[in-house]
Amino acid sequence: MTTAATWAGIASIVVTATAGDVLQSRAMKKIGDLGAIQQSHGILYLVRRVASSSRFMLGLLFMALAFFSLLVTLSWDDVSVVGPASASLTFIANAFAARIFLKERVDHRRWLAALFVAGGVALLAR
Amino acid sequence: MTVRKYLILLAVVIFGSCGDVCLGRGMRDFGAVTSANWRLLLTVLWNPWVITGICLLILFFCSYLTALSWADLTYVLPATALSYILMALLASVFLHENVTPGHWLGIGLITLGVGFVATGPSLTVAAHNPPREKPDPARTQVVFDKGTGSDV
Repeated sequence: MTTAATWAGIASIVVTATAGDVLQSRAMKKIGDLGAIQQSHGILYLVRRVASSSRFMLGLLFMALAFFSLLVTLSWDDVSVVGPASASLTFIANAFAARIFLKERVDHRRWLAALFVAGGVALLAR
Repeated sequence: MTVRKYLILLAVVIFGSCGDVCLGRGMRDFGAVTSANWRLLLTVLWNPWVITGICLLILFFCSYLTALSWADLTYVLPATALSYILMALLASVFLHENVTPGHWLGIGLITLGVGFVATGPSLTVAAHNPPREKPDPARTQVVFDKGTGSDV
């Protein structure tokens, strides 16, 4: 039976995974096209540039938190509940977060895409 | 969108799904990990399938970051959701997992979602500005020349 603790765990996964994705996206936009940087400055400069971004490192930290939240929540409930719920809700949360924090233009086409993919992932992960 | 950018998105799909399938195949050699045998996780790291899976997932992460450097998050995530489909097909063929009618319905929904987003622009700006496909070269050059340092 899915308990309040499970839903708290799922909420934790969704929040940390979304924060990680948004921070990574913001960091990459700030750095610029990685392919072009690698061609003009070389791979070592690129690695140093990415690794020195505090936003990128914070994003990695949130991704690690999402991973451990997933592991803990999986110890509380079935993967058939936790997996689809967290993956599909993360898609929706990312659309909201990208609109609010990244100022992306999330038009009706992207909302539909997020909803369809979230539904598909929920069905596929069962 | 150039051919190179589509290839990067394809790399995200292929490396992500193949990496997960390799990890899944490797973990089958060990069985369930519990608090009583958590040290098994250290042994797992020497399994060839797990090593291959980790290498592929590192490549996935590199291509994912590259895609995020020139496309919106709300474009990259749905556009690369094909990896869920590829993962289901690979798991069916190589791991002999059962693909149910519900799975096929899920595959159909994801394909529709990818179709919706893939026909739109990959990069947008604030809601009151028109979409643009490529970053401003002048702005990009300034970013290149900034060198290292904190950007928060």
